[in-house]
Amino acid sequence: MPLLEIQNLKVHFPVRQPWFGRAKEFVRAVDDVSFAIAPGETVGLVGESGCGKTTLGRAVIKLIEPTSGRIVFEGEDIATLSGAELRARRRRFQMIFQDPYGSLDPRLTVAASIGEALDIHGLAPDATARRQRIDALLKDVGLDPSHAPRLPHEFSGGQRQRIGIARALAVEPRLIVCDEPVSALDVSVQAQIINLLQHLQREHNIAYLFVAHDLAVVKHISRRILVMYLGRIVESGDARELCRSPKHPYTRALLSAVPVVDPDSKRQRILLAGDVPSPIHPPGGCPFHPRCPVAEARCKTEVPSLRELAPGHHAACLASSRIARSTYAL
Amino acid sequence: MPLLEIKNLQIEFGSGLSVARAADGVSLMLEAGKTLCLVGESGSGKSVTALSIAKLVPAPPAHYVGGEILLEGRDVLKMSSRELREIRGGLVSYVFQEPGASLNPVFRIGAQIKESLKYHRPAVANDAEVIRLLKLVGIPAPESRLKNYPHEMSGGMQQRVMLAMALASQPKLLVADEPTTALDVTIQAQIIELLRDLRRQLGMAVLLITHNLGIVGDLADDVAVMYAGQIVEHGPVREVIQRPLHPYTQALIQSVPELDTEVACLTAIPGTVPLPGAYPSGCRFHPRCPKARPDCSQAAPDLSQVEPQRWARCPYWNWKANALA
Repeated sequence: MPLLEIQNLKVHFPVRQPWFGRAKEFVRAVDDVSFAIAPGETVGLVGESGCGKTTLGRAVIKLIEPTSGRIVFEGEDIATLSGAELRARRRRFQMIFQDPYGSLDPRLTVAASIGEALDIHGLAPDATARRQRIDALLKDVGLDPSHAPRLPHEFSGGQRQRIGIARALAVEPRLIVCDEPVSALDVSVQAQIINLLQHLQREHNIAYLFVAHDLAVVKHISRRILVMYLGRIVESGDARELCRSPKHPYTRALLSAVPVVDPDSKRQRILLAGDVPSPIHPPGGCPFHPRCPVAEARCKTEVPSLRELAPGHHAACLASSRIARSTYAL
Repeated sequence: MPLLEIKNLQIEFGSGLSVARAADGVSLMLEAGKTLCLVGESGSGKSVTALSIAKLVPAPPAHYVGGEILLEGRDVLKMSSRELREIRGGLVSYVFQEPGASLNPVFRIGAQIKESLKYHRPAVANDAEVIRLLKLVGIPAPESRLKNYPHEMSGGMQQRVMLAMALASQPKLLVADEPTTALDVTIQAQIIELLRDLRRQLGMAVLLITHNLGIVGDLADDVAVMYAGQIVEHGPVREVIQRPLHPYTQALIQSVPELDTEVACLTAIPGTVPLPGAYPSGCRFHPRCPKARPDCSQAAPDLSQVEPQRWARCPYWNWKANALA
């Protein structure tokens, strides 16, 4: 049974709420998304600004209320839960945030931040047990337990991110949504945190929904990747397979745009024309067609659905039969 | 004579007991028409170095403690305000990381570009020239964009407008401080292509500051790596990237995950980047260095020329890593 199953999830934000009556326009941040995560699996969610990946990540753990759809966690639909019922289940899924400076309360010591999670769920029977658990968690994330009484501003960005991870781990979740956990960190520290996340996953069998825009990082850490564009999943599949042989033109362009360090092994860049359209007025037909290098006439009117083009590999593209046969040259 | 020559630049912040030396003896050279990439992580001093080329770091709180910045042979640090005004946006132009924050939100972009023209090339401070510049940076239908406000444009378009403003004066040196960091990867690809085209067309020198090793290879002729206020390695881009000599450069390149390769575990650099004011003794990288020897904490190494065209700040650059590391 999958750990998490998302079915037809939609998150629409009203725009310009009129004084009377209902809103006429909506930002379709997440527009009919379905996918599943198995226990202990890392699923990467990639896309550029405005594609809806952060909104999706937050909606999955009910930090944002979904407009419609089902969020089936360990067999139970939590989409419509709230209050005490939701809180009881919140132990099982947690989040790590992008901004290591904004995601920790500057007035709480490290011990207090991590301990808060234990207190809310009544996980520490007494002060000694609580202290021991906090120390163990700090050690788990590579920090010195003697730093527990310090305040966040006394730590570096990478260390604060470790504190955020310790806080998420405190309640022994089965799923952690990682929202761009390394984007704000220096390159030399990113590798440390990525290695830590992978180590913790193996130790505790935690599943990750890894939301990021850096494809190389996502490919490294994920077993499967979902590519989002304008609120929809346009391609999904095994991480290595998807990067080796992308089936959607947007994925191909995205992969070709990733900078390569070695100056001699430059890949051919597919340059997309223009900018991402507004999610309030997405284009008719396929949302990608105005920028698509292989768009056909019918792409303007038909909305493609995700179809399985290879075992476990889905893409939403009407022209995919043309691209499916070729392998992306690296 | 090189277009730009920075000699032993030293910039400090603070005073008395808490002094932070953001740039500590930085020296580099840039010939006309060439591109130099300054690579480093946060706190390395790269932005402070780049901004000081037009003396843009406000002093106070900064103190220009020592060194020279020779732009076409004239020392910027000794220039009068009038002379500085001449070169800023004139001989040397800047493009910054967040175009949304650098453009004035209450003026239309056409007016902002014209402002630069009015000061440096008044004879052509007209709409036609603005349109020509917008076309040069690849903005479609430029005539209709003159009256746009910055907020009416996307990040990628704003960055193109910044470039147009920077190019308005036909500068000999363009300093780009993390010009693509705030942009999506597909837009970044567009801007990099644009910079390559412009460089070829206009023959100007470019100083590009970045922490993204991937774009270094695309644009640079030479690369200088900064760590803790100092340059630790300098050389032609192909050489430095394919055969890095300083342990920090080696570790940095190895820690970047790449699409085309697969590793079970990333090679991380332990520890954190030291903050200015709290630099380690001796070699500043020694606490994190896989090749560190006992005397690395005692003696601070100089940037020495270890091969033709290659400089490295490490006496053990050609030794193998410790067996214990």
